[in-house]
Amino acid sequence: MWAFTLRRLIYAVPVLLGVSMLVFVLIHLAPGDVVDILVPPEVPKEIADSLRRRFRLDEPIYLQYLAWLGRLMVGDFGISFFTGRPVAEELFGALGNTLVIALPAALLGFSLGIVLGALAAYNRDTWLDKVFSATAIIGVSLPHYWVGIVLVAIFSVVFNVLPAQGMGFEGLPSSWDQIKHLILPVVTLSLIPMGVTSRLVRANILEILSQEFVGTLHAKGLSNRRVLYHTLKNAAPSALALMGLQFGYLLGGSILVETVFNWPGSGGLMNLAIFRRDVPVLSATILVLAAIFVVINILVDVLQALIDPRMRR
Amino acid sequence: MSGSAVAAHGAVARAGQDPAVPLLSVENLTKHFAVKGGWLNRSGGLVQAVDDVSFNVRSGETLGVVGESGCGKSTTARLIMHLIARDSGRISFAGRLVGAPHGLSRRDLHRQMQMVFQDSYASLNPRLPVATSIAFAPFIHGLGKAAALKRAMQLLEAVGLDPLQFANRYPHELSGGQRQRINIARALALEPRLVILDEAVSALDKSIEAQVLNLLVDLKAHFDLTYIFISHDLNVVRYISDRVMVMYLGKVVEIGPVHRIYRSPQHPYTQALLSAMPSMDPRRRTLRAPLSGDPPNPISPPSGCRFRTRCPFAEQVCEAVPPSLLAVAKSGAVACHMRVAGSGHSRADKAVAH
Amino acid sequence: MADAAVLPADANLVLNRAQQGKSYWRRVWERLLDDKLTLAVMAVLALLLVMVVFAPWFTVHDPYTGSVLRRLKPVGTLGHWLGTDEVGRDLWSRMVYGGRMSLLAGVVPVFLALLVGGFLGILAGYMGGLVNSAIMRLTDVLYAFPSILLAIAITGILGSGLQNTILALTISFIPPIIRISESVTAQTRHLDFVEAARASGARPLTIMRYHILNNVLGPILVYATSLISICIILAAGLSFLGLGVTPPSAEWGLMLNNLRQALWVSPLVAALPGVMIFITSMCFNLMSDGLRQAMDVRL
Repeated sequence: MWAFTLRRLIYAVPVLLGVSMLVFVLIHLAPGDVVDILVPPEVPKEIADSLRRRFRLDEPIYLQYLAWLGRLMVGDFGISFFTGRPVAEELFGALGNTLVIALPAALLGFSLGIVLGALAAYNRDTWLDKVFSATAIIGVSLPHYWVGIVLVAIFSVVFNVLPAQGMGFEGLPSSWDQIKHLILPVVTLSLIPMGVTSRLVRANILEILSQEFVGTLHAKGLSNRRVLYHTLKNAAPSALALMGLQFGYLLGGSILVETVFNWPGSGGLMNLAIFRRDVPVLSATILVLAAIFVVINILVDVLQALIDPRMRR
Repeated sequence: MSGSAVAAHGAVARAGQDPAVPLLSVENLTKHFAVKGGWLNRSGGLVQAVDDVSFNVRSGETLGVVGESGCGKSTTARLIMHLIARDSGRISFAGRLVGAPHGLSRRDLHRQMQMVFQDSYASLNPRLPVATSIAFAPFIHGLGKAAALKRAMQLLEAVGLDPLQFANRYPHELSGGQRQRINIARALALEPRLVILDEAVSALDKSIEAQVLNLLVDLKAHFDLTYIFISHDLNVVRYISDRVMVMYLGKVVEIGPVHRIYRSPQHPYTQALLSAMPSMDPRRRTLRAPLSGDPPNPISPPSGCRFRTRCPFAEQVCEAVPPSLLAVAKSGAVACHMRVAGSGHSRADKAVAH
Repeated sequence: MADAAVLPADANLVLNRAQQGKSYWRRVWERLLDDKLTLAVMAVLALLLVMVVFAPWFTVHDPYTGSVLRRLKPVGTLGHWLGTDEVGRDLWSRMVYGGRMSLLAGVVPVFLALLVGGFLGILAGYMGGLVNSAIMRLTDVLYAFPSILLAIAITGILGSGLQNTILALTISFIPPIIRISESVTAQTRHLDFVEAARASGARPLTIMRYHILNNVLGPILVYATSLISICIILAAGLSFLGLGVTPPSAEWGLMLNNLRQALWVSPLVAALPGVMIFITSMCFNLMSDGLRQAMDVRL
């Protein structure tokens, strides 16, 4: 078991290296470089060149890459072009803010998804199931950022019960007023995980129910509840895998929802960075989010192997 | 190769064949499969699928190959066809070493030797009409599309299927027997000298099986073919073969003319196989189970003679020394200590020449 | 043995007279024709395509000129049946012309990814070994990014515009297509008819072309069409963020962003572009489902 974990961890290293290389290459493909952005264009060439030498921009590219990588390892994510402050502080603060909506959204989405999926599976082919299928297709085709806008239109503009934008607090909410800011973004974010999870749970449960051992369990006289427990236990591994992945997508893909609601999370930070052409902030954010995604993938694999012995290779 | 050359090469090859040189010569063929498992792919063991197998196939004969599942028959066939790479050993076709610098290339070998598989449906591309499947091989060897299709239709006729009816059909629209005929036609498309039939009739209904067998016999005569016929069905093998080779757990245990093998088998395993054959004759009832025990694990086969764990005559020497395939006077060979005088087996001195 | 006189010299003539069999694709087509829902959806998509291509025929107003006087007219206004946007441009025209960009950015990346990813995936699946490892490891690196993040990385750093958007989305979709192509090819490779093709001495590329491709194309195509619906949403999302198509071009996501301020004034108008994204995406989804069911032919 530990061997498996170790193998997965070792395997992640080249992937992470590849990711860092990709981001680095992108940065270098960007039109213009650091100096062009920092200094006005009227500056004479020699000054610009000496600045380039100071920033080590004239060195061969692999050396620059290694230097950049070295700085990353010690936690130096660079300085923001725009604010001049270290990227790390802004980034981790923003990540925290994203987690404030991502975690509840994940919980909401997964739990609703499981319940809906299980309901649909146990009521197969009834009108409930048909409604479910229709909802599922609609859910997958909806752009979630548009749903956010629609929710704002309904709850903020028309009924005026919930705030349309902004976080309204620092860290964690401490009053109902502050929590109100959370509601719409969390609901919007939870839509995709809910849709995907419910579909998978339904399919998994149906597949398990069709297997013979369920009939055996019933024949042994187990109550429906015990059978349900066994069913869920079998459906768990792939459901967990999916949920882990979805959480990763939530973290990485929250930018759209955060833009709709002006939420100061990692997505909002990326948005600002794009707008301000703040390459260090943008690249660091992308790198960190991708790294988190890789780590989540590893955790998911290990968790799956823990639950389902067949997965251990 | 141009169209006319493809047509002509068959005739030239036959003309140049020296009767003394076997058509196919296999020497010390070995293939072990690594078993996946353990951390970082430390092998859990090696499946000794084919171990030091040697035999010849004479031009114009039908060599039957029999044995239990897992004895290595199909692997041997695939090794000869070069579909999988061998670990060691030499394969020669018509005297020319395959894979050697001045010998026969794989591609040229495939023009001389073809194979028919067991699963008639999986052997045909479901997306192609059967005539195209047959025409594929000649087409890629240089024959033009029209000429290849024409040859395909001639072959359809040859295997007993009306081209007008069948040329444009798809595999799922045909019965098992018809599909197997297509597969045979496909194997013949390159005008090979040797055709390997790997359980080619095993999956067919008995009546269809008989028809296809007769077709094979006719085709052999007509096209001057040589067959290797792999099967677990001893009756069928008896019907069609000239010589029979018996395999057990990756090794050849006996080989000889079909009548001698069936009349007086020399190896205990062969004897057990034959006595296990159900018979319509009420006088030949099976009173005792011919073989005891389970087939051993191919990953760690028994030392010495691999058959000793199930052999009623096993002795010390069988555990210590693996028997070699040695000639039995005038009629094939057998790998058993009992038949070799001076081997140390208590029955060895009673060996009688047949 | 065939009597040479009986068989006509021209093989093609015989083939033409020979009884036609029903190929797999023909049966898929027949099943599709029975599926009323999918047919309806495909009709809708066809209509949409016609409308955006021949946009001038279906619209009255110029999508680029607006009048401050006519800002944010509501739905149902005389002359602008879907209202006007925040600069006074006719919303209907903007939506129809915007469809060009949105559809382009939604379909082209998947098509390109299909070409590149399909080829690489089939190659990896057939060749196995080192080739497979190299291609799959590269795919893993790309897979380390949640899909939208990769697209944002590329457009955010390289700049916005239709070209970069298409490039970014193509790269985002190449990994999933490689993955499914490799998987299906690896399964097909072990079938006997592929072994038989190898036994006839054909080279790998030839086998891939004649035997693998026509067998794996089905599942890959179904998957790719399901990706189109996602791509449309992503492309509009990128424009929504300001990373995709740039103003003054019309594009549904861009319109959604521009109209956000209008939410307080004219919520219905502000939400309309999203409806188009939703409808188009759903149509592709349903079409993909229909294709999948049609291809599920029991043999």
